Amino acid sequence: MASGKTLTIGIMDAPYESANSTTALRIINAALERGHNVNVFAYEGAVNLTMKAQQPHANPVKGTSVEQEQHPTTKDWVASLFNLASARGVKLDWVNCGLCVDERGAGDWIDGPRRGGPKDFLDASVASDATLVIPTK
Amino acid sequence: MAKYLLIESRDPFDSSDSEYFCELVEGISNRGNEVILFLVQNAVFPLRSGSKHNDLIDWLLKNKVKVLADNFSLKERAIKRPLDGVEVVDMGRIVDLLLEPGTKAIWH
Repeated sequence: MASGKTLTIGIMDAPYESANSTTALRIINAALERGHNVNVFAYEGAVNLTMKAQQPHANPVKGTSVEQEQHPTTKDWVASLFNLASARGVKLDWVNCGLCVDERGAGDWIDGPRRGGPKDFLDASVASDATLVIPTK
Repeated sequence: MAKYLLIESRDPFDSSDSEYFCELVEGISNRGNEVILFLVQNAVFPLRSGSKHNDLIDWLLKNKVKVLADNFSLKERAIKRPLDGVEVVDMGRIVDLLLEPGTKAIWH
């Protein structure tokens, strides 16, 4: 059941670089599970989290196949968060910073995220019940 | 009295400013504020019994800081039983704390 509360999270780390990405996704997941709306502002390298062309890979060192390796991709995790929001009847508003996207040529996303800018983050924070910024190290 | 949720993600063995962050936590607490310190990712390493940074956590607990530790981070690092006085929580609890009115959240 929707709580009517909204949490805004700012994230900056690129995928596969820091445990911050995993923790951020876990916080978003927990908030959606509790029926809260979540705004995400993905800044700098974090705009790569939702790239559609991400592919799992085999592990030639261990000799395992793609199927055996079950390598996770952040775009699949984010897609599952959108599905969770839909199932819970709450809103996940994921904004990728447009300037960061353009710098990185990172504009081909899964369904769900939208393009925006720092003003979106400010507006979301003002309208939210809480805001958490997870900066890079 | 303000409410603070301070989130430490760094290991003091890896990042010397982790100790400065703990000094900030203690300072906020000793000014009469309600302070919760949430340890996540490599910041849970000082909770392993025998770590030279056990004293840092004990010092915070003695200074009325409530110390929480992420269950997932503990499991990943094979820390089965953290120091006495530390509460093991899941991420849902952190979301609840974030959304408590008036709470100021700071990530380090």
